[in-house]
Amino acid sequence: MSFEMYQDNILDHYENPSHRGTLDHPTFEIRDLNPLCGDEVRIQARLDDEGRLAAIRFEGKGCVISLAAASMLLEAVEGKTLDEVKKMGRQDMLDLLGVPLTTMRVKCAMLPLRALEKAIHRYEDNDAGSPQVG
Amino acid sequence: MHDRPLVYLDSAASSQKPLQVMDAVNHYYQTSHANIHRGVYVLSEEATLAYEQAHERVAHFIHADWEEVVFTKNTTESLNLVAYAWGLQHLREGDEVVLTQLEHHSNIVPWQQMARRTGAVVRYIRIDAQGHLDLEHAAALIGSRTKMVSVAHVSNVLGTVNPVDVLGKMAHAQGALLCVDGAQSIPHMAVDVRALDCDFFAFSGHKMLGPTGIGGLYGKRRLLEQMEPFLYGGDMISEVTFEGASWNDLPWKFEAGTPPIAQGIGLAAAVEYLEGLGMEAVQAHEHLLVSYALEQMRQAPDIELYGPEAHERGGVVSFNVKDLHPHDIASILDQCGVAIRAGHHCAMPLMQVLGVNGTCRASFYVYNTVEEINVLMEALGEARRLRRR
Repeated sequence: MSFEMYQDNILDHYENPSHRGTLDHPTFEIRDLNPLCGDEVRIQARLDDEGRLAAIRFEGKGCVISLAAASMLLEAVEGKTLDEVKKMGRQDMLDLLGVPLTTMRVKCAMLPLRALEKAIHRYEDNDAGSPQVG
Repeated sequence: MHDRPLVYLDSAASSQKPLQVMDAVNHYYQTSHANIHRGVYVLSEEATLAYEQAHERVAHFIHADWEEVVFTKNTTESLNLVAYAWGLQHLREGDEVVLTQLEHHSNIVPWQQMARRTGAVVRYIRIDAQGHLDLEHAAALIGSRTKMVSVAHVSNVLGTVNPVDVLGKMAHAQGALLCVDGAQSIPHMAVDVRALDCDFFAFSGHKMLGPTGIGGLYGKRRLLEQMEPFLYGGDMISEVTFEGASWNDLPWKFEAGTPPIAQGIGLAAAVEYLEGLGMEAVQAHEHLLVSYALEQMRQAPDIELYGPEAHERGGVVSFNVKDLHPHDIASILDQCGVAIRAGHHCAMPLMQVLGVNGTCRASFYVYNTVEEINVLMEALGEARRLRRR
């Protein structure tokens, strides 16, 4: 039997996630939930003077797919501008994962990106504010 | 499913349907469909009669009079009906509504909202480590301020069968009412609302072999008569003038608009099917399956089980496998043709009490077999392959 969803690189990211942890003095942060299952992700980001994501970290409680997605996403967005991140969509996230997902599991995969987008929109809506926790 | 025979272990979410139920719905549409309580022609009379007989059949199944059973969409709507129609009318600032820690969101959120509107307070009876209600805590909570005690008959997560008759006595001694969420009991055991002495009993059709879109609310006649309607419109009125309206008789007062006629007839067919099996036989069959499943799972040192012993629970087994997330387990099981539920089961507060984000839940019904539990156990073995370390 093949469990296509659970290929080695996905399990690698799950077992040894990249960018897991917390930041001192984040520019913005967010905590978000997948209401379907109660899975949770927290993302903290620090911007440099040019408005790029100089550092970004996550913590979370979740399944293989949502945690691997967080790890892969944060690897991909570090160094990018907020506008570049905002252009990312569902297909970009699925491409990063590179495995076939069932409809319900796409929601798991999208949790980190949706949370990051929400955090960016909130940050941009009240730019001058101190770190925002959602 | 995925080239394997389906093993459906999610009947607590929604049951599959026997042919008799599908045929009844089909037959009705093919031969008798018209709107009810309106036409004087034969077809409308046939539809009206069939829909009223469906009320009688369902009411008889729970030992109620037929006027005391309102057809709704599902348990959620039934509980909202009680919360809105009874709650808004009777709850005052400082009054208390007592629930338990193991309720489904549908028996929490409506009460929280009514509490916000009226200034009433919601309190929760604790559960112990095995998932039993702490009856001492219940006795301490239910007091002179309590106006309503609303509890699940059977927990949808732990399978705990709650002593609702005991809670009813506590409530009534304080002048409070007892509302029972019967979504997980009526499909699986004989229910007698008179013996339970509950004031309301809410249930869904689709979990008891019936169609979706149909459920019910039993209420004691005196209470239903006193209550204001929940939804307003056609069929629930007696007379309408430009100035106002008066209400129709029970149960129609609570069934505004064209009701789910075909679904009601389908539900009656489901009840007939269950009566044919006998609810004692249904319960015995599920007990056999639950006992076997618990026995198998206890042999696996990496499986954590939640809830009470087999003889104290309905056909539900909640568990976690060490170091594996419920979603991942459910995905692998799906690949093996086994359908289980994974997540918080619409009981997030209970997950908090259990100290988990979610669980896996296998639930059984009349069509499940011991062999299917063996397939489940084998599939769990496949899921363990995700742990590479």
